[in-house]
Amino acid sequence: MGASAIAPRSASRHQALPGLGLTLGVTVVWLGAIVIVPLAALALKPWELGAAGVLAALSEPRVLAAFRMSFGGALAATLASVPVGILLAWAITRYRFPGRRVLDALIDLPFALPTAVAGLALTALFATNGWLGAPIEAVTGWKVAYTPAGVIVALFFVALPFIVRTVEPVLRDLPAETEEAAATLGATRLQTIRRVVLPALAPATVTGFGLGFARAVGEYGSVIFIAGNMPMVSEIAPLLIIVKLEQFNYAAAAAVGLAMLVLSFAILLLLNLWQRRLRRGQR
Amino acid sequence: MSAATQDPAPARIALVLLGAALAAAIFLLPLAAVLAEALRRGWEPAWTAISDPDSIAAIRLTLLVAAIAVPINAAGGIAAAWAIAKCDFAGKRVLITLIELPFSVSPVISGLVYVLLFGAQGYFGPALRAYGFEIIFALPGLVLATVFVTFPFVARTLIPLMQEQGREEEEAAATLGAGGWQIFLRVTLPNVKWALLAGVLLCNARAMGEFGAVSVVSGHIRGQTNTMPLHVEILYNEYMFVGAFAVAALLALLGVVTLAAKTLLETLTARRIGEHA
Repeated sequence: MGASAIAPRSASRHQALPGLGLTLGVTVVWLGAIVIVPLAALALKPWELGAAGVLAALSEPRVLAAFRMSFGGALAATLASVPVGILLAWAITRYRFPGRRVLDALIDLPFALPTAVAGLALTALFATNGWLGAPIEAVTGWKVAYTPAGVIVALFFVALPFIVRTVEPVLRDLPAETEEAAATLGATRLQTIRRVVLPALAPATVTGFGLGFARAVGEYGSVIFIAGNMPMVSEIAPLLIIVKLEQFNYAAAAAVGLAMLVLSFAILLLLNLWQRRLRRGQR
Repeated sequence: MSAATQDPAPARIALVLLGAALAAAIFLLPLAAVLAEALRRGWEPAWTAISDPDSIAAIRLTLLVAAIAVPINAAGGIAAAWAIAKCDFAGKRVLITLIELPFSVSPVISGLVYVLLFGAQGYFGPALRAYGFEIIFALPGLVLATVFVTFPFVARTLIPLMQEQGREEEEAAATLGAGGWQIFLRVTLPNVKWALLAGVLLCNARAMGEFGAVSVVSGHIRGQTNTMPLHVEILYNEYMFVGAFAVAALLALLGVVTLAAKTLLETLTARRIGEHA
């Protein structure tokens, strides 16, 4: 502002601020040492087994079952968190009510609560004598803790804030005119929500789904207490990495880790493409 | 908003009540359960569990790890934000993606990568061991894994804010003859101090509460390489439930205080911080 009044605009734009060398240098060393080199080790290590060995390590029935649990559980949990997340985002953006600020802050609790604490808490709640586990078992006969359902409950808790926090800004910034226009054209409130509001939320929902899913797939602390960790039944892929490490089978552990990363990045990429298409469709 | 776009009052009330009930069940009930289990036999046993020497050692270690890891990521985050927001170079988008990468990596993999580098059968492990350096199952491993999982927190709160603020104030300071450090300390830092504090708080909460990554590199040696979350797990697996939940309640308190501080800072700065952390 001040500078452009004195110097011509082009000159102020060309004036480089100092510190690029230092800050970029620090950034590259920090990123390289902590993230790039260690991830490179993950990309290299599995191949000590040879391509056939990697394939054999990944196609063990126990490994396949763990991948099904982690990816299938994350999918189910994140899907379940979509309607609840949209409802919570709707309530905090559209209505004014006592306790709204507290509700808003609470939604970030799964981000701030250490995962082991969440895991312990959910286990206590959903155990057969827990506050929620006991009534659920009495009514439906289902056990939640120490079953695959317990895994999904924990992943739901982890994924939910991602949906709320990505949908919320879109819901807040949605121009009132579009809803008014629909109403003026004779749409009922429900029609307006179904045909105008929800489609507008779709791209953000897909983004939130991706973030929540990515987090849920790799989740460990919230899950292992409530999962029961039965091989072939309720064992998650991250736990299998630890099992392989305890057997000193580093290459197999790395193979499972690398496969998890590649698979979840591929899913994220697809979701990203889908989200872009949805966004284009709206213009 | 006109009446045509307002939800009818009964729907409004029903939705708010449903939302509040869901939120209470999902977020408050777990907190209440931790507290109830910790105090199941009153304050005395809970306090005994927390003041046990192994617990104290775990608390000390957790504080030490966070005290090393958080400044590393704060310094890295500030440097990255300065380079990206205040300077020109190619490849910024790639750099930002790489900085945020650790958030999409499973905590267990975040620990695994350092075992692959520095473990007994890792790439550098045997050589380092020959010179007497222990990284895995020791403090450096815990710090590295913690730095990895908390890597993006400060950077991602600062980068968008500093990009938004532009460079004009810094350029004006430079024109007036201020040096790089002077510009940073007198112009940039005051503009981002609350966001920086929020980023540091979130980074710290995650550092102290991290479980999966440190679980892989810790070795679980009581009184030596057990952080608080790992201590919770050991107590729980030994059926010392009151102790496990008492230490967990202490960690939950850390989370709640962090959340309150973050909300306060968001009110101060009127913007959301650390959106999908």
